[in-house]
Amino acid sequence: MSEATVSLRLRRVMLWSGIAVLCTWVLVPIYLIALGAFGGRSGVFRWPKNLLPWDSGLAAMQTFLAVEGVWAAAFNGAFVACLTMLFSLLLGAPAGYALARYRFAGQDAFRMLVILTRAFPLAILALPLTVTFIRTGLYDTPVGVALVHTALALPFTALVSSSLFMGIPRELEEAAWVFGCTGFQAFRRIVLPLALPGLAAAAIFAFVISWNEVFAASVLTVRNKTLTAYLLTVLAESPLHFRFAGGFLLILPSIIFIFAVRKYLFAMWGIANR
Amino acid sequence: MAGITIDRIEKKFGAVTALQQLSLKVEDGEFIALLGPSGCGKTTLLRIIAGLESQTSGRVLIGERDVSALPPRQRGLAMVFQNYAVFPHMTVYENVAFGLRMKGASDAEVKKQVERAAGLLHIEPYLERYPAKLSGGQRQRVAVARALAVEPAVLLMDEPLSNLDALLRLEMRSELKAVLASSGTTTVYVTHDQTEAMGLADRIAVMHKGVIEQIDRPQALYERPATRFVGGFVGSPPMNFIDLPVADGTARLGGFSSPVPLRNGTVTAGIRAEDIDVAEDGGLPFDVGVCEPLGATLLLTGRIDGQLARVSVRPDSRVRPGDRLGLTPNAGRIVWIDPADGKAMGAAA
Repeated sequence: MSEATVSLRLRRVMLWSGIAVLCTWVLVPIYLIALGAFGGRSGVFRWPKNLLPWDSGLAAMQTFLAVEGVWAAAFNGAFVACLTMLFSLLLGAPAGYALARYRFAGQDAFRMLVILTRAFPLAILALPLTVTFIRTGLYDTPVGVALVHTALALPFTALVSSSLFMGIPRELEEAAWVFGCTGFQAFRRIVLPLALPGLAAAAIFAFVISWNEVFAASVLTVRNKTLTAYLLTVLAESPLHFRFAGGFLLILPSIIFIFAVRKYLFAMWGIANR
Repeated sequence: MAGITIDRIEKKFGAVTALQQLSLKVEDGEFIALLGPSGCGKTTLLRIIAGLESQTSGRVLIGERDVSALPPRQRGLAMVFQNYAVFPHMTVYENVAFGLRMKGASDAEVKKQVERAAGLLHIEPYLERYPAKLSGGQRQRVAVARALAVEPAVLLMDEPLSNLDALLRLEMRSELKAVLASSGTTTVYVTHDQTEAMGLADRIAVMHKGVIEQIDRPQALYERPATRFVGGFVGSPPMNFIDLPVADGTARLGGFSSPVPLRNGTVTAGIRAEDIDVAEDGGLPFDVGVCEPLGATLLLTGRIDGQLARVSVRPDSRVRPGDRLGLTPNAGRIVWIDPADGKAMGAAA
């Protein structure tokens, strides 16, 4: 065996062991949560564990879903997440387009400031936000929570969409102008269709950010809680298998979404995936 | 169909002047090439004509219409971009149809025009494909077909062949010339490749540092460059520039002498590499440095009195590096240039 084939083989072993480690890192916790969620009271403490989550049936999960408020909270959470998605796209995509296509004074500062919004801890903003929201009637409404979540998701949407638009050659737009389009028509007919997959991915990230956010959702709501906030208040006094069930319910949408858009995520980060 | 008049166009980017009060008249149906090195302002000028860039001052007229303030879509022109700019999410058919659809043409009209343009550029077999499935040359055909489908009054091309490989470029060049000649479209073609400009254009405008140095037919440009820059930029190999001392109206170096339009001082002789007779001695003393067999000719690079010079000789000449030859330039084809300002001097002074 020559030296080259040895090093090639070694490299292959390294690659696959790296992949294995990463997969384990992500999948084992999810697997354990699923085991706990479906196993019921006895399943959490049983040893050896079941091999497959649904070996002990769906009864435990059904019990959890029957608990009062779970469905309402899940619906609330989804509603808030959808609003967040909508708001952050409507505000973030135009900002991204401006960042990508125009030179303006303070552009770099703006880029920086967009990220800096994440630098303020929500805990500090919570009290003034609550007061303001009560005054304006936004307190305990899905719109109110969605606004705060939009603020959290916006930097991401703006920067991702700016890099998306930068990836679309300016010449395509110019060609559209020359061949009879107004600025808006060129955007709608040429830029938007090309950016759509990436924008969808950014939107879904906004959804996931909102769906997972717990602090603002807890502070700013009383009755209309999102799923995370609801679980936080309810589960502190719940048995362990209920917490697992709640956790499982929380990660489910993210996993489904990320699976659905993985192709676009790859495209977004410039990883060829053909 | 329409001519283009560019009237004292000036363009400044901040403190930098890209175009200096530039004027140019393109006749109806004429093919004009803007030729120059990168950064000379040729692309900026083209984009100003297209309306993609705004001029600092001056006017652009297409036909008799002042389009200076109009957006690109109202100027009645079409453009072919350097990187093709075909729309990746549309089929070739829809790409070619794009301009017509934007004009609100009927489906029958669109179909007719697309088929005509596709026929001209030989892209009928690809009409239902997406651009990602096409090669660079095919994409460029699509871009040209898209431009011709709208039957524009004016066609602008921005280095359309520069992304193609050499063989394909040659093929596209002759094809483009045939297609445009038959359609009779007024064309402005930007390029930095002088062979492309020579081969395609009715007239060439050589640009340098934001001004047009010379505008003329390709052959005239080649034979009688108005400035040293034009002589050095047009033609391959570039023109030789040899400084000669002048006394009493005669330039003299080695065994060479010629009357020049100047009493005393120094004159630069612009001589094409092929306009030189080579002998064992006499004339300008030439020390051969390098011999490059180019197939059709043998290119000699060497020095005349320490100044770089290139000479084309017959490919079967037996010349070796280190030889000393005597050069006799063809007197009628020497361009006398004033070394002070780089401008050609009149034939008689």
